[in-house]
Amino acid sequence: MNSAPEQAVSLDQHSALEMPELDVDILGRRNEIIRDLRALVPGEGVISETSEMRVYESDGLTAYRQLPFVVVLPETVEQVSAVLRYCHKTGLKVVPRGAGTSLSGGALPLGDGVLLGLAKFNRILDIDYANRTATVQPGVTNLAITKAVEGRGFYYAPDPSSQIACTIGGNVAENSGGVHCLKYGLTTNNILGLQLVLITGEIINIGGKHLDSDGYDLLGLLTGSEGLLGVITEVTVRILREPETARAMIIGFPSSEDAGACVGSIIGAGIIAGGMEMMDRPAIHAADEFAQAGYPLDVEALLIVELDGPEAEVTDLIGRVEEIADANNASNVQVSQNEPERQKFWAGRKAAFPAIGRISPDYYCMDGTIPRHQLPKVLARMRELSEKYGLGVANVFHAGDGNLHPLIMYDSNVPGELEAAEDFGADILRLCVEVGGVLTGEHGVGVEKRDLMPEMFSETDLDHQQRVKCAFDADGLLNPGKVFPTLHRCAELGRIHIHGGKIPFPDIPRF
Amino acid sequence: MQTRFSIHQLADPDISVANDILRKCVHCGFCTATCPTYVLLGDELDSPRGRIYLIKNMLEDGGAPSPDTVKHVDRCLSCLSCMSTCPASVNYMHLVDYARDHIEETYRRPLSDRLFRAILAKLLPNPRLFRLGMIAGFVAKPFASLLEAIPVTRRLAALARLAPSRLPGRSANEGPGTFPAMGVRRKRVALLSGCAQRVLAPELHDATIRILQRHGVEVVLAKGEGCCGGLPHHLGKTGDSFALAKRNIDAWSHEIDDQGLDAILVNASGCGTTLKDYGFMFREDPVYSVKAARISELAADITEFLNQLGLDDPTIDPDLDVAYHSACSLQHGQQVHEPPRDLLSKAGFRVHEIPEGHLCCGSAGTYNMLQPRLSKALRNRKIGHIEGLDPDVVATGNLGCITQLATGTKIPLVHTIELLDWATGGPKPAKLS
Ligand SMILES: Cc1cc2nc3c(=O)[nH]c(=O)nc-3n(C[C@H](O)[C@H](O)[C@H](O)COP(=O)(O)OP(=O)(O)OC[C@H]3O[C@@H](n4cnc5c(N)ncnc54)[C@H](O)[C@@H]3O)c2cc1C
Ligand code: SF4
Ligand code: SF4
Repeated sequence: MNSAPEQAVSLDQHSALEMPELDVDILGRRNEIIRDLRALVPGEGVISETSEMRVYESDGLTAYRQLPFVVVLPETVEQVSAVLRYCHKTGLKVVPRGAGTSLSGGALPLGDGVLLGLAKFNRILDIDYANRTATVQPGVTNLAITKAVEGRGFYYAPDPSSQIACTIGGNVAENSGGVHCLKYGLTTNNILGLQLVLITGEIINIGGKHLDSDGYDLLGLLTGSEGLLGVITEVTVRILREPETARAMIIGFPSSEDAGACVGSIIGAGIIAGGMEMMDRPAIHAADEFAQAGYPLDVEALLIVELDGPEAEVTDLIGRVEEIADANNASNVQVSQNEPERQKFWAGRKAAFPAIGRISPDYYCMDGTIPRHQLPKVLARMRELSEKYGLGVANVFHAGDGNLHPLIMYDSNVPGELEAAEDFGADILRLCVEVGGVLTGEHGVGVEKRDLMPEMFSETDLDHQQRVKCAFDADGLLNPGKVFPTLHRCAELGRIHIHGGKIPFPDIPRF
Repeated sequence: MQTRFSIHQLADPDISVANDILRKCVHCGFCTATCPTYVLLGDELDSPRGRIYLIKNMLEDGGAPSPDTVKHVDRCLSCLSCMSTCPASVNYMHLVDYARDHIEETYRRPLSDRLFRAILAKLLPNPRLFRLGMIAGFVAKPFASLLEAIPVTRRLAALARLAPSRLPGRSANEGPGTFPAMGVRRKRVALLSGCAQRVLAPELHDATIRILQRHGVEVVLAKGEGCCGGLPHHLGKTGDSFALAKRNIDAWSHEIDDQGLDAILVNASGCGTTLKDYGFMFREDPVYSVKAARISELAADITEFLNQLGLDDPTIDPDLDVAYHSACSLQHGQQVHEPPRDLLSKAGFRVHEIPEGHLCCGSAGTYNMLQPRLSKALRNRKIGHIEGLDPDVVATGNLGCITQLATGTKIPLVHTIELLDWATGGPKPAKLS
């Protein structure tokens, strides 16, 4: 059994990132706590060996690592409830984790907290075609939902690039978007109900199969709550009928400026694309090498535009987009001729981030949103910065909504490069704000953008957000150190301070 | 991904390769969702990304790994589904092969485990011993429960249970030998006769040789050739596997230099993956590197070859619904997707895709004996999907899958080549009569 002090390792690279002070009392009681947890979750569900826990030390943002205090993988909602109740009683922190694909360190463990993995919850519970809903466990992957209903011509609309692996629980916690969110919305627009276990162990149900269910506005609150308010144990999503026709176009340009202008013209013409994505040269090459998507390799920028709807409309829109593309110097245009080809066009884009692993050992994925017309300026500045820091950068851009993902390439084995990448990243985010954009697009705040929150929100705003947190988790045990730069004690905030684990929404049905 | 090998460690060519592989992994987690063990267990320790991490730590630390690291590496099927998924082209196969070798070198397994693995590694690659073993297994079959009751022999029970209830006789097509083309000779190929398969199912080689001969292909069973070395390789017994591989390389090189070979064909896709890897295995070997690379280049699955050659028109209308089960070694190991499906369609079969086709059936070489619990769970999952299609027959390109699935379903299971042979003039597979 590992001795307690060994658990007290700090982030081995990032002394800069301050995490909540370790609870020495908890560290000292490690053996006893592990024994108690084993009683609650038997079998291999409690992982406490250092060599094993290392596997859980980071999520998709590998720049930050922290050995968890202990990893617990429950299998039933009752176990989740029992573990949370125990944590609440013991004053033990909890970090929920889905598939660990977060790019903002949302699932980064705590040295004195339980890492609560929900991957065992991977069952689809109910599919209701009449009401067009699917109710699933939180560990079901985003893509698995579509797979389960596609045979009947349905799909689940939000499609993050990580959809093959990320869980619906994680999607709800991060309010994830996807390449099709331009037309079909983010996670929050596509979920109807949640089951949530509070830190007290109480199990509550919010929403249901219908949009007008009680407590609907709470759904909005919980979507994007990054594991700070409760543990999601069941999700009811809306499923949609596949469009009659969907075709994707890939359009190559000699410059990003041309591609950016083309996006503006398409939107300006009132065309609502199902998805509109842009990649620059390094991203195109890396993605095509993996997916053999048939991208043109002699262009500086590539636009993928998808049009969906009734056949005649799609055909008409394709013609109009082709005209606009020509007017914007497009060097080539390809239209998908069948479903496999359409899928292939997207496969490259969806693999673009990790495909960068082919050309660089590490990348730091940034996430900012800018006004679309500023894209050429931002890209030009980014090139300057890239030279200044001596680090390459590849760009993937949700062109429709201005959400930009620069991927800064670095080599963590070269001393100093990670720090340079971080500085580069900070400059990019500052640039986004400078041109009138915002810091977070869709990857959440996590630890990564936590300390930038005051740049986006006033203190009053932040306090208000924290009051919500206090209403759900007065002791600040759920995912502390994430999202908020400093967690005030709930008493200091006054107003909706809650006693005895009672939550302030008496009208929520629970059992 | 960051690694922490010392300069001294990196001087070891194996570590250097492992380092290159590890550094490619960007920890995106895409591979987890398509890993059979993660799908079953929901623990990242049993996922590719997790195993990569465990292996990284094991190699960086050097020396013997912890028992739990060994446990999770052992649970890996080597199905290589993760490699199909990985956009960063992380070569998990080479990494886990080396990890197994490292474990074998540094870690002392419990006695019963050691015994069992040693038996598997010695018995399976040697057709003569294997035949004897199967007879012994046949005899021991009734005593399987007894064997199970004694800890040291518990694992042997699995082997006894695997023994067929009737051992097929020897085939007239046992090598070495040359089988002339019918009509004009279009090609000359070697066929890997291999090890366990030729004892358990000689009809597969018979069908392969027949169909090739009819298509104008001369088939050689080269002298001295045998087990590809894959089975001991996956058990971490690198020495044994390299010795077996060398024998094959010598045998085929002799054929190439003598009368020439257009291809080296494999009808057991697990072995095909290994043959195609000889070039890598011997990359540092001054004597074998060039020869091995040449063998890997010539190696092809029987369906790849036939598809390129062009299949004769069918002579019958089989009128059958075939569920095609893509063996992991074929779809992930060799990335062969269309050829078997196209050939079956061309031969007149109605081909159906099995849902979750990317997931392993649990056979995976010796896995079904070493990890019976997980193997069985995967088998049942696969059979559920197959039975949902209600096909007349299941076709696959690897005997291991056939043996595995046959323990759980009544639907006939045949090798793709048996159906192709039948449809183009060969006899009807016995299992369909
Ligand atoms: C290559 C790559 C591409 C990506 N592309 C996109 C994209 O296009 N769009 C996008 O929006 N995101 C994208 N992401 C980010 C990431 O995949 C999403 O944020 C995803 O929703 C995270 O899901 P997860 O299951 O991996 O959650 P985790 O990473 O495990 O956790 C994320 C957060 O959710 C919380 N959480 C997880 N499960 C629960 C639960 N059951 N209850 C309560 N809290 C929970 C965690 O505490 C954490 O704060 C990408 C990531 C990668 C690696
Ligand atoms: S998909 Fe590839 S890069 Fe991503 S975690 Fe798996 S092995 Fe690493
Ligand atoms: S080879 Fe198969 S079992 Fe092993 S890690 Fe990869 S996907 Fe999982």
